[in-house]
Amino acid sequence: MDARIKEHPILGEPKKGRLVKFTYNGTEVEGYEGEPIAAALKAAGLMVHRYTKKGHKPRGIFCAIGRCTDCVMVVDGKPNIRTCVTPLAEGMKVQTQYGVSAEPL
Amino acid sequence: MKRYDLIVVGAGPSGLSAAIEAAKRGLGVVVFDENEKPGGQLFKQIHKFFGSKEHKAKIRGFVIGEQLLKEADEAGVEVVLNATVIGLYQEKEVVVRIGEEIRRMKGDAIIIATGAAENMVTFEGWTLPGVIGAGAAQTMMNLHGVRPGKKILMLGSGNVGLVVSFQLLQCGCEVVALVDAAPKIGGYGVHAAKVARTGVPFYLSHTIVKAEGDECVTGVTIAEIDDKFQFIPGTEKHFDVDTICLAVGLSPMSQLLKMAGCKMEDNPRRGGQAPICDGYGRTSVDGIFAVGDVSGIEEASSAMIEGRMAGIAAAEYLGYIGKEEMEESLKSLDQALDGLRQGMFAPKNRGKNIEKTEEGIPVSASLLKRGFVAEDEIGRFPGVTRKSGVHPVMECTQNIPCNPCQDACPKNCIRIGEKITSLPVVDESATCIGCGMCVASCSGQAIFLVDEGYGEGCASVTIPYEFLPLPEVGQKGVALGRDGKEVCKAEVVSVKSIPAFDKTNLLTIKVPREYGMKARFFKKEVS
Repeated sequence: MDARIKEHPILGEPKKGRLVKFTYNGTEVEGYEGEPIAAALKAAGLMVHRYTKKGHKPRGIFCAIGRCTDCVMVVDGKPNIRTCVTPLAEGMKVQTQYGVSAEPL
Repeated sequence: MKRYDLIVVGAGPSGLSAAIEAAKRGLGVVVFDENEKPGGQLFKQIHKFFGSKEHKAKIRGFVIGEQLLKEADEAGVEVVLNATVIGLYQEKEVVVRIGEEIRRMKGDAIIIATGAAENMVTFEGWTLPGVIGAGAAQTMMNLHGVRPGKKILMLGSGNVGLVVSFQLLQCGCEVVALVDAAPKIGGYGVHAAKVARTGVPFYLSHTIVKAEGDECVTGVTIAEIDDKFQFIPGTEKHFDVDTICLAVGLSPMSQLLKMAGCKMEDNPRRGGQAPICDGYGRTSVDGIFAVGDVSGIEEASSAMIEGRMAGIAAAEYLGYIGKEEMEESLKSLDQALDGLRQGMFAPKNRGKNIEKTEEGIPVSASLLKRGFVAEDEIGRFPGVTRKSGVHPVMECTQNIPCNPCQDACPKNCIRIGEKITSLPVVDESATCIGCGMCVASCSGQAIFLVDEGYGEGCASVTIPYEFLPLPEVGQKGVALGRDGKEVCKAEVVSVKSIPAFDKTNLLTIKVPREYGMKARFFKKEVS
């Protein structure tokens, strides 16, 4: 979890929920409960959230405030979930979104 | 259908301020916000704000956010979160989605405080993961404690680009370059200077040619552009980066106002499609108000005042207070807002070419082009004086509305005077005791304490320092100049961190005497 800020000169230690496990494309990953799914994925070093339907182009976090929808993924079987504003919960099943499904194109 | 006296859309600085003033005057107020947490963008702002005491100057943005939430709570404002207003219809009917539910309601008055969205620019590779908005970077690092990248290039030299670049450095990212297509830096010179002195190079009249990488960003190429915004061949520069941050302006999120039939205008000075409104946020539709960035891009301090004004005006509109009472309440707010809208960066001066300060001093050309005041320019500004013994050197060279430094000094060494935008001057009759309060109070981190007679052949320089790890006394390293280049060897002789400094540590370094007026940053390892 290299991207996590351990201590910040102004904000101190980040306040986080409890550490929980979830899966990303079937692999177990850890993140903090309540933080956006995208933050947990970013901390785990993941960049690509989805591939576009027509051009099969990779997309990732862009606005991080739920506006651009570039970071949508399949979460617990539901596509088009904005991972930047959806809180992480224990046991969540997060999958790369291809077009609008979790099936690779 | 449920009815409220006032419905506020947006729980950011302006919306909350509006709700507070209205609720204090007896209105039943509800605030809807689409986010999970209130406060808008305030909680991402970790720098000290500009202005004077009445504008909450030298207080960090997130602390102002906490104060505002407390005030809203005390005033009895109801804030509904995860609530997206999706429609504003005739007779002020509001449609809001709360969770999976759609609800309709009516407001006798409506205040729209939806803020702004970030602008984009397109270039080859701009959709690659790793190209992010500057706001996204702030959200990731300051709210969620996750670094947006390791090596980052920032596009945009407005205040957002400058402030976010500094924040990236603070959380341990490397900023490889700050790039802007404009020929001049758009934001405050002091914000640029604190980035430049750490060694970040500025490339003005440059923009991105392409972002490189297949699955995500692995590099970026920039090039110089001519006055017609065309790339000049042969000027390409490549950087290995994993992240490209875009800070290319904001646009009002004014769709609801347009939907409600408010008269709009397309005004680049206000950031795009904005409602036509008077000084208190009244739009062309009776009882609908617009405040904050949605009524023209500015900043949080003015947004909070605008919000309070509209909250008071809404109370008058609904008859909760009389016209006289309203005018009385608005007086001091008018003055406060007017104070913020002065100086070189005032809305009325946007796009103007300012060559001299209010004092008649030629502005620093180097500051606008390279992000730092050049050595042959710095001496002409009134805050920069040389005398024996410790004294403040204030490298404040642009007229901006900010004056905490003059109140900070317990010995009254610093004078700005009546006009909030005046450059600070040192009062020669007062004696500096070297307490450092001015250094910590300067939101622009532009004040240094210099003593050119510090022991034999040495000078001491006290600098504001907001990075980790904090150097220790006795640590040896190098001093960097305003341009971020190494000027000489330096040793830390004092590190002060007291609550009154509010996280701005004061680092005093010892350098050879001839570098006392040159050394402005400290770096541990010799590069």
